[in-house]
Amino acid sequence: MVIVQREKFDTGAEFNRLTEGRTDIGAVVTFTGLVRDFNDGSNVTSLTLEHYPGMTEKELEKIEAAARERWALTECLIIHRFGKMDLGEPIVLVITASAHRGDAFAAAEFLMDWLKTKAPFWKLEANSEGENDWVKERESDHDAAKRWQ
Amino acid sequence: MKILYFAWLRSKLGISEEDVTLPGHVTTLYQLIDWLKSRNPAFEEIFQDLSVIRVAIDQEYVTEDIPLGNAREVAFFPPVTGG
Repeated sequence: MVIVQREKFDTGAEFNRLTEGRTDIGAVVTFTGLVRDFNDGSNVTSLTLEHYPGMTEKELEKIEAAARERWALTECLIIHRFGKMDLGEPIVLVITASAHRGDAFAAAEFLMDWLKTKAPFWKLEANSEGENDWVKERESDHDAAKRWQ
Repeated sequence: MKILYFAWLRSKLGISEEDVTLPGHVTTLYQLIDWLKSRNPAFEEIFQDLSVIRVAIDQEYVTEDIPLGNAREVAFFPPVTGG
């Protein structure tokens, strides 16, 4: 399932919702991305995420479908936020559930790697000098995504 | 046709979207870009280096010059930085 929202999410609550009453799930992996206070040497004070409504959901759904094709997932959840976020707030959540840990671990990493290079989101960082800078893409993110091709 | 701009393209142009009627000679993506550039120096500037621009036609990534056909929506944006 794919959810794109402005509101904060609660990783624990999402985990509980996904696993409640289930006896076929042997492994759950959760990844939560947070707003940190530094990037490329500058002090970040807040983050604003812009996205492409419509295409964002389509791309995330394609990424989920690709993960489900490669691994045996019983559940898969992607939540990605947009709008302004303060330091420490959650940005993105990926939860993968499977019978065994191998599929859940691999699929969670794959989902994040592909999401980073395909989902149409853009980060605008505010820093302690009062500037707002668009975050640049990272070569390391592309290298990470290429591992799965 | 609707044209969308995101992130620094949007902030440099000061617009997020516009509806355009294409002249008859504009039938491919690159012709569209050339036509957008010809209208105004701000567009000339943002499309100066196409290696830093990503394009989606009707919300699907496009990486080469293709016919626009009956496309309803063309979006221009920088490489994505979500997650």
